[in-house]
Amino acid sequence: MIDFTEEQIQRYSRHILLQDVGVEGQEKIMNARVLVVGAGGIGAPVSLYLAAAGIGRIGIIDADVVDLSNLQRQVIHFTKDVGVPKVKSAEEKIKAINPDVKVDTYQEFLDSSNALDIIKEYDFVVDGTDNFPVKFLINDACVMVGKPFSHGGILRFNGQTFTHLPGTACYRCMFKEPPPAGAVPTCSQAGVLGAIAGMIGTIQAAETLKYFTGVGELLTNKLLTFDAKTMQFRTVAVKHRDTCAICGSHPTIDHLIDYEQAACDLKQHRK
Amino acid sequence: MANIYVNGEAQEVNLPLSLSELIRLNKVVQPDMVSVQLNEEFVDRNDWKNIQLKDGDNVDFLYFMGGGSK
Ligand SMILES: [Zn+2]
Repeated sequence: MIDFTEEQIQRYSRHILLQDVGVEGQEKIMNARVLVVGAGGIGAPVSLYLAAAGIGRIGIIDADVVDLSNLQRQVIHFTKDVGVPKVKSAEEKIKAINPDVKVDTYQEFLDSSNALDIIKEYDFVVDGTDNFPVKFLINDACVMVGKPFSHGGILRFNGQTFTHLPGTACYRCMFKEPPPAGAVPTCSQAGVLGAIAGMIGTIQAAETLKYFTGVGELLTNKLLTFDAKTMQFRTVAVKHRDTCAICGSHPTIDHLIDYEQAACDLKQHRK
Repeated sequence: MANIYVNGEAQEVNLPLSLSELIRLNKVVQPDMVSVQLNEEFVDRNDWKNIQLKDGDNVDFLYFMGGGSK
């Protein structure tokens, strides 16, 4: 049992007041270790809310530096941060919100060489990445080591998210493999309304906190999708697929795969 | 006439109709970017053309979504 300080009781009073959370739930949050992959549009609100909630340890992995074009949606980075590594900028804001949070920064890309080692240090992983190769990598690595994660994706005015726990439907159950590079929306088509990243990120942060506190029902075996143009939300039931190449009964994938990123994303869009 | 529920909304269609034809009717712009569930079971894209729909079938189109752009 953690001995809460007066300051902590005050800081977390709105959690503690919640019957479903209380002191016990807040303690679980404070003992939690979460890895946020990507300090971009989705990773920004996720990190801010998890820091404010008092998650004990937050790991952030992102190789990029802050670019002016990021500020339209990546709300953890400020104008003064342009040119600064995203993980450093994010760490500074997290510490400013909540000095109790321990922050691990990884200024690198998650790939097959580091994924398992990094992920195993955490209890829960949040996918805040912008590309399919890493989404599949997070999925496969988490399934391999039995870690729960929250998936998030956005496109223009749409968003989707689900939560995976060992044994429930994984990303590969729904999407067998990354789309062919030529089918990925071209750069000019692939914009996004900044607030949509916030919508998905805050849902993922809520799922993370629900996971640790055990409150309610997670988005497992469900894919939540929404269209912000009409503000229609829909939850599609999805099943674990027994023939899934990673989580099925006879998995055919026994190592992590670094898929090729579509050239457009790499060359023109990343900087 | 038959009713097929596409993403939860009823559509009147004429049978026989294959899953591929339904995808075409719904003007899915990039079939490569969609994953299809029929009555809550995923259907391999190679089987879309062989599957004949029945009255009352539920079809979900799930789209690949990345993260916008960095
Ligand atoms: Zn699976």
